[in-house]
Amino acid sequence: MSPLNKPRSLFEKVHIDLPLFAALITMMIGSLAIVYSASGQDMGMMMRHGTRMFGALVAMLFMAQFSPNTLKRVAIPVYLLGLGMLVAVLFFGVSSKGAQRWLDLGITRFQPSEIMKLAVPMTVAWFIGRSHLPPSILNLTIGFAIVLVPTILIKEQPDLGTSILIASSGIFALFLAGLSWRLIGSGLLLAVPGGYAFWHYGMHAYQKQRVLTFLDPESDPLGSGYHIIQSKIAIGSGGVEGKGWLHGTQSQLEFLPERHTDFIFSVLSEEFGLLGVTILLSLYLFIIGRGLYIAVQAQDAFSKLLAGALTLTFFVYVFVNIGMVSGLLPVVGVPLPLISYGGTSMVTLMAGFGIIMAIATDKRMLLK
Amino acid sequence: MIKKRPTIRDHSAEANLFARRAFVGFVFVVIIVGILFHNVYKLQVTEHETYRTRSNDNRIKVIPVAPNRGLIYDRNGVLLAENRPVYNLEVIPEDVEDLEASLASVRQLIEISEQEVEDFKKEIKHNRRFKSQVLKGRLNEEEVAILSVNQHRLPGFSVEARLSRYYPYGDTLTHALGYVAKLNKEELFDLELAGKDTNYRATHDIGKLGVEKFYEEQLHGIVGSRRVEVNNRGRIIRTLSMETPQPGKDLVLTLDIGLQQIVQHVLKDTRGAIIVMDPRDGGILALYSNPSYDPNLFVHGISGKDYRALLNPDRPLINRATQGRYAPASTVKPHLAVLALEEGVVTETTKIWDPGFFQIPNVKHKWRDWRPWGHEHVDVYKAIEQSCDTYFYEAAYKLGITKISDFMNQFGFGELSGIDIHEETSAILPSVEWKRERFKESWYPGDTISVGIGQGYWTATPMQIANSLSILVNKGIHRQPHLVQISKQDTEVEQLFTEEKPPVVLKNPYHWDIALKAMHNTVKIGTAKSAFKGVTYDHAGKTGTAQVISIAQGERYNAEKLKEKHRDNGIYVGFAPFDDPQIVITVVVENQGGGSAIAAPMARQVMDYYFSAYPLEKEQQQ
Repeated sequence: MSPLNKPRSLFEKVHIDLPLFAALITMMIGSLAIVYSASGQDMGMMMRHGTRMFGALVAMLFMAQFSPNTLKRVAIPVYLLGLGMLVAVLFFGVSSKGAQRWLDLGITRFQPSEIMKLAVPMTVAWFIGRSHLPPSILNLTIGFAIVLVPTILIKEQPDLGTSILIASSGIFALFLAGLSWRLIGSGLLLAVPGGYAFWHYGMHAYQKQRVLTFLDPESDPLGSGYHIIQSKIAIGSGGVEGKGWLHGTQSQLEFLPERHTDFIFSVLSEEFGLLGVTILLSLYLFIIGRGLYIAVQAQDAFSKLLAGALTLTFFVYVFVNIGMVSGLLPVVGVPLPLISYGGTSMVTLMAGFGIIMAIATDKRMLLK
Repeated sequence: MIKKRPTIRDHSAEANLFARRAFVGFVFVVIIVGILFHNVYKLQVTEHETYRTRSNDNRIKVIPVAPNRGLIYDRNGVLLAENRPVYNLEVIPEDVEDLEASLASVRQLIEISEQEVEDFKKEIKHNRRFKSQVLKGRLNEEEVAILSVNQHRLPGFSVEARLSRYYPYGDTLTHALGYVAKLNKEELFDLELAGKDTNYRATHDIGKLGVEKFYEEQLHGIVGSRRVEVNNRGRIIRTLSMETPQPGKDLVLTLDIGLQQIVQHVLKDTRGAIIVMDPRDGGILALYSNPSYDPNLFVHGISGKDYRALLNPDRPLINRATQGRYAPASTVKPHLAVLALEEGVVTETTKIWDPGFFQIPNVKHKWRDWRPWGHEHVDVYKAIEQSCDTYFYEAAYKLGITKISDFMNQFGFGELSGIDIHEETSAILPSVEWKRERFKESWYPGDTISVGIGQGYWTATPMQIANSLSILVNKGIHRQPHLVQISKQDTEVEQLFTEEKPPVVLKNPYHWDIALKAMHNTVKIGTAKSAFKGVTYDHAGKTGTAQVISIAQGERYNAEKLKEKHRDNGIYVGFAPFDDPQIVITVVVENQGGGSAIAAPMARQVMDYYFSAYPLEKEQQQ
């Protein structure tokens, strides 16, 4: 089956979208350089980071081999399996740092919420894509329910960052499916009392503290405000050209907390300045633009919705993380996608890109 | 739901809907990226300066560096106070793998007490693990050697040197030189009030006594600083720049250490004080108070046991030379003679009859002469040579207290001499006003009589006696007594104490010569004759014997102690050479009887040494 009778390239054979892949690899190389600096030139950490990147690439390649039809078929079973594990976490989960997020599988610890990052958009896309677009009120209600159940379960762990990501992945699918502007408008209107209720009944004390600190970080410069203040100092002191690779004083002298994970953007800003930030944001825009282009070009509703939702969710990572470290948003534990040191989230992200590539290459195979 | 949807899906309409939504999504993304970029731009460009400053405040710390304290030399360039490295065994806890095991092995090498180990453990608990802590201070040479050889076996342990004050002459100079010791809270508070605390940020010690205290400002110098880069736990990563401290000024004293040692040697176990002064400039050649103590004990913090030992009845902590209050006794008779001559109460040739006592007309009380049978006919020369009391009783009676008090005040009695140490008292020069204030009583004529022989209410410090003698031999010129001659820094030398104080002016300057000639006779044919038999230099002097009143301000009245110590104090004052005095000497010894027996021979030994060290040949040739 060779489309348009053209010989298929190696990349097409293994279902890789070259522009997207090139951008991802560029980011990963950049990540290696920044993590090397942020970790205080720790070679051991570099080896682990490299290994995980390799794992993430394998996951991407693996996911790219499935056809959208296969994904459609496994969506519901995977979703139900994930839901079951989330419930299991509530009862048998392993706690760490005050949150119960892990299942101990004997060999390794596993965060079921990571599965849901893919399962939720897949299931919503499958469910909504079965019927006409825009979806009916009933279908919309069911679609919201599909999103809401895992979101609440994850927020209860508690893991606000992941629950935001999962909620957005589902809601983006609904938005792309043609959720009416009227509903979006009323939803925004409901957000005000909803937010009030969430503040009083839905948030943990430490999460409230994060929000309060975000509103006025200087009120508690040695306590919870310390992270934000030090992060802003790191970014601001970087200037236009930055202090140079390995020469960021805020990061090298360890004033910056969580510098190789959540606050890695501050390290990049300090060492590479506004120029580095511009390159990073351009790469992100390129990846998102390419993802949405693939979604628009996709053949069926399921593929379009899934690729679009995954792409926009990727952007939520970017927005929440950069907004948080630069003082626009409260501190929520979301890594900077593709740059931060940290295992599972990178693997999940790349698996998501694998799905997008599967959709991208599937389109060509269907063309006759 | 209500509307029935067409069964055939309109794929192109759905694709268009999706494309529109995707486009809206992308616009949304671009807008938010714009907001993020704008925010970062604000931080990195608009507010860059603010954050750069805050980043530098984070990482750059300024560490004060203590200046080296100025050195102190004697008049011949002999070092009297120096800065010596002391070696401490210090430990950086972070670098030690097994603290207990390392401590055990160190304690096999050198002796470290349980107390030291305990203190050390307390310190490391309260401090950062990378901060060096002293395990054992002031190591001796052997300990330094042992530890250096075994250094490789003891990671985290090191021998560190720091400069510390050392007084090589120990107790010989304590009361003049004083000492430095650890800066305490009160002193720090005073420095803060004076706005000088920043200059002491790296300083451990401060002058506590004597010259070290009086010249603290000059000796201390100006603090330097080291700009360092630190990490978030305050650990120093590297030095960025260094502003070297400006060391304190060196001081050259007027003291002669050789003479000072002789003075100490001469006094031996006798309580008392000796001052040798150069009347030509007011410089003090020797100033010693006995008993003394080792100032080095205080530099590193004196132990409770050592300190209690200094609180004995001999009161070594008191500087008898400037704080001891003694009746000046007969040593002031030459001054009083000058006053009597000036006031016309007597003339050079007036002779009185001394029956062995003096009586105020119509008063029964007899003021006795030291010689029970009297001195028969006495003129002013004989009165001084023989120290005739009756002559001066009568003179004082005729002068009245106010004239005596006013005149003696010009010689510095009743006032601080202004010598450059803070440990000084003004003692008491009695007057009508003083008595009214002190006792709420009027002055009786009888009170004046004993003042005429330097007793009664009159007390003086050896320093005041020395100063008054210097004014006398200078025929009224008053030169400020002082211990420090010059201060110097690099090539910059400052001469101190060049100004004179208001002189004592006589209507007839010849009266000076009468008093000085009488003192000359005293050592030839008078009370000090035996002590000065056979000296090679031409000198003059005056003996004195005083009843004990008190030895120092603040001492409580103690009947039992007074009984033990109720013997007379002996005083001798003298100067030489007679024609052109180079030194005046004052000797005060407690409870050893008359001035001629003990004090005068001591003065002779000191003068003998002085003229062997500074021979007069040159002057004699002229």
